[in-house]
Amino acid sequence: MSEAVTIAPPMRARIPNRMGDPAVWLFGTLILLLILLVANPILRLIWDSFHTADGTLSFSSYAAALGRSRNLQALLNSFYLGVAVTAIAIALGVPLALAVSRTNMPARGFTHVSVLAAFVMPNFLGAIAWILLAGPNAGWLNRLWSEVLGTDRGPFNIFSFWGLAFVIALYTYPLIYVFTKSALDLVSTELEDAASIHGAGKLRTLTRVTLPLVLPSIVGAAILIFLESVALYGTPALIAIPAGLNLATTQIVSFFEYPLKVEQAAAFSMPILALTVVMLYLQRRLLARKGFVSVSGKGGERRPFDVGAWKWVLLGYSALVSLLTVVMPLIILVLASLSKAWGRGFSAGNLTFANFYNIFFEQLTVRSALVNTVTYSAVTALVCVAMGMCVAYATQRRITPFPTLIQFLALAPVAVPGLILAIGLYAAYAGPPFSLYGTGALVVVAFTTRFLPIAVTACGAGVRSLNPELEEAVRILGGGRLTALGKVVVPLLNKTLVGAFILVFVICTKELSTAVFLTGPASRVVSVLTLDLSEQGNYESLAAMGVVLVVIVTLVVGIGMRIAGRDFMLRRS
Amino acid sequence: MSKLELNNVRKQYGALAVVDDLSLQLRKGELVTLLGPSGCGKTTTLRMIAGFIELSGGSIAVDGRQISGAGRTVPPEHRGMSMIFQSYAIWPNMTVAENVAFGLNVRRVPGEESKRRVEEMLDVVKLGALAQRYPAELSGGQQQRVALARAMVVRPEVLLLDEPLSNLDANLREEMAGEIRRLHDEFNFTTVYVTHDQTEAMTISDRIAVLNLGKLEQIDTPWNLYNRPRTRFVAGFIGQTNLVEGHVRDGQIRLRGLEGVLPMGGQAAAASADMRISIRPQSLFLGPQGNGALPMGAVSVVARTYLGEYWDYLVRPTAGGDELKVHAPPSSVLDVGHESLLSIDPAGVALVS
Repeated sequence: MSEAVTIAPPMRARIPNRMGDPAVWLFGTLILLLILLVANPILRLIWDSFHTADGTLSFSSYAAALGRSRNLQALLNSFYLGVAVTAIAIALGVPLALAVSRTNMPARGFTHVSVLAAFVMPNFLGAIAWILLAGPNAGWLNRLWSEVLGTDRGPFNIFSFWGLAFVIALYTYPLIYVFTKSALDLVSTELEDAASIHGAGKLRTLTRVTLPLVLPSIVGAAILIFLESVALYGTPALIAIPAGLNLATTQIVSFFEYPLKVEQAAAFSMPILALTVVMLYLQRRLLARKGFVSVSGKGGERRPFDVGAWKWVLLGYSALVSLLTVVMPLIILVLASLSKAWGRGFSAGNLTFANFYNIFFEQLTVRSALVNTVTYSAVTALVCVAMGMCVAYATQRRITPFPTLIQFLALAPVAVPGLILAIGLYAAYAGPPFSLYGTGALVVVAFTTRFLPIAVTACGAGVRSLNPELEEAVRILGGGRLTALGKVVVPLLNKTLVGAFILVFVICTKELSTAVFLTGPASRVVSVLTLDLSEQGNYESLAAMGVVLVVIVTLVVGIGMRIAGRDFMLRRS
Repeated sequence: MSKLELNNVRKQYGALAVVDDLSLQLRKGELVTLLGPSGCGKTTTLRMIAGFIELSGGSIAVDGRQISGAGRTVPPEHRGMSMIFQSYAIWPNMTVAENVAFGLNVRRVPGEESKRRVEEMLDVVKLGALAQRYPAELSGGQQQRVALARAMVVRPEVLLLDEPLSNLDANLREEMAGEIRRLHDEFNFTTVYVTHDQTEAMTISDRIAVLNLGKLEQIDTPWNLYNRPRTRFVAGFIGQTNLVEGHVRDGQIRLRGLEGVLPMGGQAAAASADMRISIRPQSLFLGPQGNGALPMGAVSVVARTYLGEYWDYLVRPTAGGDELKVHAPPSSVLDVGHESLLSIDPAGVALVS
């Protein structure tokens, strides 16, 4: 080993200046992209709301948009709807979370998977399924009712305020479930034992100890659900419009009918935007409170509660929820997709595969919408994960100046409802000089902006879990920042990245509100086409398209669970 | 010329200077330890040498070439150093051999040579048989060896170690400290070692730099640091000691309440002054004593604790004065209140500021 003692001088003579470091260029590009994707549309939206179409400063858009009682009523209706949806979602999600996390109810794993399925199910497909199930007269539940009881007509009418609230809640309650369950998972059994030892019964322990501990999480999730219901467009378009119910989102879209009133749409969005920002701020404050020690760190020993015969009641409730959210809607969609005419009921004579043949080989709009959805979602997911990784890495390792500002920009879209973000993107990029209207690029830009926060959060958690010394070891041995990223960080986070990719992909396939007035004839996606087909009453093709989409998404989620673990989608973040 | 030189290095966060006016020179092949309590600025100093942290003032040079200084910091990857981290930072996605080969690949060492050097280095750290394992399958001590091999195989200009043994259990720590010293003797890399553990520092260092509150207290050989601490902090931080008031006059040290005098042993001081004196408990003896210890006067036992390996006595001069801690062999049994003659070995006596 004597020759090893002679120290070769590995230090390079040339010391590159800062601009020669490729990392600086990469992260500079990132900042530019963030400004284009996030800052520009949002600022453009605010700017437009204060200007008339010819560019003069004025408040006339506010006067026109908010001065009509019909428009104000729309805001109020959305508010009521948000409250109703939140209440139903809590009723659905909290008992399930309790049952799965804290009790000895049988089939807890199955319940968990059925909540995941409800989360994955696009809400516009759920809405279509419920129109088929509970539409007045022709709805299958109504027909079953009148056949069994011999009455004229069934009692269900999905085209109503409560019908709408019910359907929205069915596909948003997983949020309540996830927040409540992850909080419950951290409550140590010892805290409950302490209550029991002091003489509290099971119910008292539950209501006085367990639930108060997780209350901040429930309220936090409730705020998110409220905001999501106010911002939702898909289900309202399918149900509220036929029901004659004017909501904030349907009102925004009507500003985009001829004659186009982008400025009024922008002005009308401002109160909703303000409400969202304030409520998200409250939600952050609430969940950041340190008083609830038990909901942090290790939970200590945990034992499921033996709830005796109540476990069968809980199981029945879980089964009912999964029946309503997933099982019945999927059955009805499959049956409708195999029917010549869904209104004739299910019989041998009505059975056909023609709908599938049609959507693949004859109705080219459907096929291209499916291809578009998958392509745009995949591209968006890829871009989001790449950008999310760069943002998370650059900000947490403080590579770029102003890390807090970059983080803020990347997370800001969370506070902008999809439709409103779409107005900003429309104003910024639809016309010259970019002229992106109707192109796939604009859809990808919109989806990327909207879902970047999800990727940033997921990647941020990953980067935080890595000891920075792993990267410092690369650098001290002579590798640059990009070598550290490529050789160590990305390989170590591959599961996180795959998980984030699939999460963004699945959410993109469900996305309607940003797409609705950014897509043109060539860039239509499944969610937008659903509205068109529903308007035409073409429920058979629609159901077939839905079934194909569900199959694709299920496959992708299945692959994701194999790679990234069962819970990668249902994490609270 | 010094291999590594720190000149008046300062690091400031806001108004707080975590490292202040620190100067050090390392000869080629020297192993210097930065020792101090947590928060003393030792890790910050090490990370400034590595290039992970920019300086607020002063400069750092290797072979006379400035690598950190006003307005310019050579990035870590261009310093030709290597470092061993507290967490070892072994990349879990690579095998042992891949970990060790990494630095050679970055330096574009040809495949054959790289392979040979990796094999040699793994043999040196006794990991030859585990080359194809992944880090998760290794014990803490083995991971530590991988980190050592990975850092040394590139023949670094300067080798940096950041509390490398703090995650190991006590037995393994001693063994690995010996191992690090053995490897240093074999390869003679200029090495900066950071630790808060004085035993570790004594075991492996050529010289130890004691840091406190961002400032250098003393840099010296382990022997001098223990026997000739120059500041109160060093005397108290390295081993146990008695810090008492004394008077220096005519090259002799007098202690309150004791008639005997101690020679200064060449330590510089004003002609006549009151000073703090550090006296090691092992240099104090109760009862008649030869071996160069000088009789000082009568003391009585105030308190005692039996610690198995030695007696820990607290004594006070019968004529009044500071209480002194004495470590006596287990055979020397004295009851509380008992009077005895105290003698002191001048080798364990130091004037501190």
